[in-house]
Amino acid sequence: MKSDKIKFLVFCLIVLAAPVPLSQGYLTNVLVFVGINSMLALGLNLLLGYAGQISLGQAAFFGLGAYGSGVLTTHFAMNPWLAMVLVALCVALFAFAIGFPVLRLKGHYLAMATLGVGVIAHIAFNETVDLTGGPSGLSGIPNLSVGSFTFDSDIKNYYLVWSFALVVILLSLNMVNSRFGRGLRAIHDSEVAARVMGVNARLMKVQVFTLSALISALAGSLYCHVMTFISPTSFGFNISIELLTMVVIGGLGSVYGSILGALLLTLLPELLRAFQDYDIVFYGLLLVSMTIYLPGGLVRGIPALFRRVMPARSGHA
Amino acid sequence: MKRLISTGLASFALLCFSTAAFAAAPIKIGALFAVTGPASFLGEPERNSAQMVVDEINKAGGVKGRQLELVVYDTGGDATKAVQLANKLIKNDRVVAIIGPSTTGDTMAVIPVVEKARIPLISCSAGIKITEPVKKYVFKTAQNDTLAVARIFEQLKKEKKTKVALLTVSDSFGSSGREQLKSQASRFGIEIVADDTYSPKDTDMTAQLTKIRASRAQAVICWGTNPGPAVVARNAKQLGLNLPLYMSHGVSSKKFIDLAGDAAEGIRLPSGKVLVADLLPKSDKQKASLLAFVKDYQRHYKAEGDHFGGHAWDAVMLLKGAIERGGDTPEGIRTQLEATRGFAGIGGVFSYSAHDHAGLTKDAFVLVEVKKKDWALVK
Amino acid sequence: MELLNQITQFVISGLATGAIYALIGLSFAIIFNSTGIINFAQGEFVMLGGVLTIFSINALKLPLVFAVVAAVAGTTLVGVAFERLAIRPLKDATPLALIIITIGTSILIRGVVMLLWGKDTQVLAPFSGNEPLHIAGATLLPQHLWIFGVTILVIVGSRLFFHHTISGKAMRACSFNRRAANLVGISVGRMVLFSFIISAALGSLAGVIIAPLTMTAYDVGIMLGLKGFCAAIMGGMGSGFATVFGGLILGMLESLGAGLISSGYKDAIAFLILLLILFIRPQGLFKKGETERV
Repeated sequence: MKSDKIKFLVFCLIVLAAPVPLSQGYLTNVLVFVGINSMLALGLNLLLGYAGQISLGQAAFFGLGAYGSGVLTTHFAMNPWLAMVLVALCVALFAFAIGFPVLRLKGHYLAMATLGVGVIAHIAFNETVDLTGGPSGLSGIPNLSVGSFTFDSDIKNYYLVWSFALVVILLSLNMVNSRFGRGLRAIHDSEVAARVMGVNARLMKVQVFTLSALISALAGSLYCHVMTFISPTSFGFNISIELLTMVVIGGLGSVYGSILGALLLTLLPELLRAFQDYDIVFYGLLLVSMTIYLPGGLVRGIPALFRRVMPARSGHA
Repeated sequence: MKRLISTGLASFALLCFSTAAFAAAPIKIGALFAVTGPASFLGEPERNSAQMVVDEINKAGGVKGRQLELVVYDTGGDATKAVQLANKLIKNDRVVAIIGPSTTGDTMAVIPVVEKARIPLISCSAGIKITEPVKKYVFKTAQNDTLAVARIFEQLKKEKKTKVALLTVSDSFGSSGREQLKSQASRFGIEIVADDTYSPKDTDMTAQLTKIRASRAQAVICWGTNPGPAVVARNAKQLGLNLPLYMSHGVSSKKFIDLAGDAAEGIRLPSGKVLVADLLPKSDKQKASLLAFVKDYQRHYKAEGDHFGGHAWDAVMLLKGAIERGGDTPEGIRTQLEATRGFAGIGGVFSYSAHDHAGLTKDAFVLVEVKKKDWALVK
Repeated sequence: MELLNQITQFVISGLATGAIYALIGLSFAIIFNSTGIINFAQGEFVMLGGVLTIFSINALKLPLVFAVVAAVAGTTLVGVAFERLAIRPLKDATPLALIIITIGTSILIRGVVMLLWGKDTQVLAPFSGNEPLHIAGATLLPQHLWIFGVTILVIVGSRLFFHHTISGKAMRACSFNRRAANLVGISVGRMVLFSFIISAALGSLAGVIIAPLTMTAYDVGIMLGLKGFCAAIMGGMGSGFATVFGGLILGMLESLGAGLISSGYKDAIAFLILLLILFIRPQGLFKKGETERV
């Protein structure tokens, strides 16, 4: 456990120090979005990696958080912090309510149901024009501010977003070793066995689903205040797939893996820019080959690769 | 004495050298286009046109002796990416101005970024919210939807067809058009008796058209971009819908006629003049630029130079004009853009001012009709 | 009276779209039944059918019949490659890994098609002309008749295949219990390959017959795939009439929803129905069996 704490502290230091060498570059802006994506990936990781429940509709909760905060702070001029809390609670309640019927399903049926929720949410964002501005989007969303200090620059937003992200990371790390976390892993391994042991599988699955939705909604609120403009295209099915990819590529069930996945996939368009129109092909190839050759994700795959290449280090053949 | 002369000569040489080096430094212009993704029908021709006209300007010696360097990034129609890439253009590539983005959504997302960084933006998208209210650093070259809508309503009023059914696509182009159609109807005495929508990828609109057929509509206005309106045209023909069918400038291209086939006959739409460049009277101020654009695009890319590509062409040329009139820095370019008067471009004749950053009037659109698989002007 | 005519039109248009969903749903069900995999790339097979046919006609100058055969053959090859390269290496993978790999493959196929044939929408001429037919107050195009005809042929064909041929029965055996099938000497690996071949062929056929109506482009596969999957679930993932009915009902509900309720929420209605079915009757509308829902 101590090494976990040390790892976390080191990570915090890296996060704190990162913008310093990047002060004039646009990478700070990118890292703000890496932070938001990390939160989303972590939320999905709790559901997918720990509890083993597939969700293809995370973008729905992300969007509900963003539009919730966006609409409340523009149409109703609510205080952004209050709106954020209110929206997070409402989305959590909603997730709790639909969690019960949805999580009775397994495997592909669950995937399809979550996909359905995602598509319906996306259509709702598009059609409720009076409230959300419809396809043309919602603009004029205020930045977050504390007193007279406004979060209106990349560097300020970076620290804002990553503060939230670090809290979520801490939460995830602590959860693994808590009673709740052990229960989740038991469910992942065998739901029937877990129930036999007295784990209330149904309730726990809904709880983790709700937690995941809450984190996504928070990320959504932060996103809308950072961008000051949102439109439905940012909350579609392809975003849900991107999040799934982040978690899988990073490594299912690994907290730092999800962050690595978020980092890579947010930066990937930069790296692929050289390929221009070929980037879609590359993306597909990446997904396919990662799943076949590195099913544990990068977090496990790279050390494994390392060990294969340098067997002398490991003491035995 | 000798020392003085040699130092003097050396300094003089250095000065000449550095001025020469300075003069050779290219002017960096950034571009954000949705080259891939759902809006690629906008972004690809825009990128092509921009590249084409920048190459031509450079071949002719550049602007004020300096070459133009175009840095293009693909937003994929995603607002988040647009914001990231705008930041990259401004902070990394240090551009003096940005043209694009292609979609209203991307533009609205990028506006706060350019306003804060004080870099002029010439958007190629049509949303009226982009320049109303006026933002100091934001201009646009695409015609407002209001102008297109006005053209259609004028014609309908003339023909006494005042009960109208709307069929719009549920993306930002369609919803913006729908907003304008609804808000301007009463001004022309038009009553909207049906208001239906379809999704960009829908393949069957017979349900909506059946509803419209049963309403009291005397004309149908369909607002969208390919392939939706082509499906609407075919479905209308299948259902035997005999009402006049108007489309938007979103389908002002030969491609629409190809896709809709026989069903395109008789369809009318407001179009930028690029579609009927050869049919315009010689006195038309834009005719020369239009014909040149169409010919160049055909030669470069073996494809039809269309309405959307024209937006990017106009943006680059407007920038060129601003730089030539003395704008070297982003601030200077902005001031000179605002001083543009009477520039005969592809989208229309542009005149910007401190309270008009859209620059066009009703004359930017003409009404055309499909006759025998080709375009004809409606008098 | 007018309303009745309208509803007739909605129903008939809906049946035509539904027939396509039915074909795609059948393809999903066939693969699922022999491998337990939901092939998210199924929609791309449909897209390939249309795109390859247009390519064969325009670039290779083949007459329509040969173009269709070429397109179906080409898509089948893609399906085989998919099975060999992506599915076979993952013999005992988790459902998640399989979902991701099929999603990845669908992205890959879409990307390649985009590179080879561009992003533009393409047209295919209708097989028998464009004159509308009038039936009971509604209008149909000849292409709709082709769709109905092909769907009926496929239903009859699949019934014959799965119940009256050895291979078909072997595939059904695999879907009941793979290990048992293996024990009685059925080559499961070959059955898996077979199921991919059939699904790819079916999917591409669906794509070909609908292309003259809806035109085609590199990204039409996504929505079609999703709707086809809905149809399969409504039919309980069976390889027979249930799935076909599921597709037809889905198409009709969509059309009626767009016409009578709201055209904007049309897709939402379809997915809402899907959710309700999953919550209330996950074994599908027609099956009486059990399902994993612990």
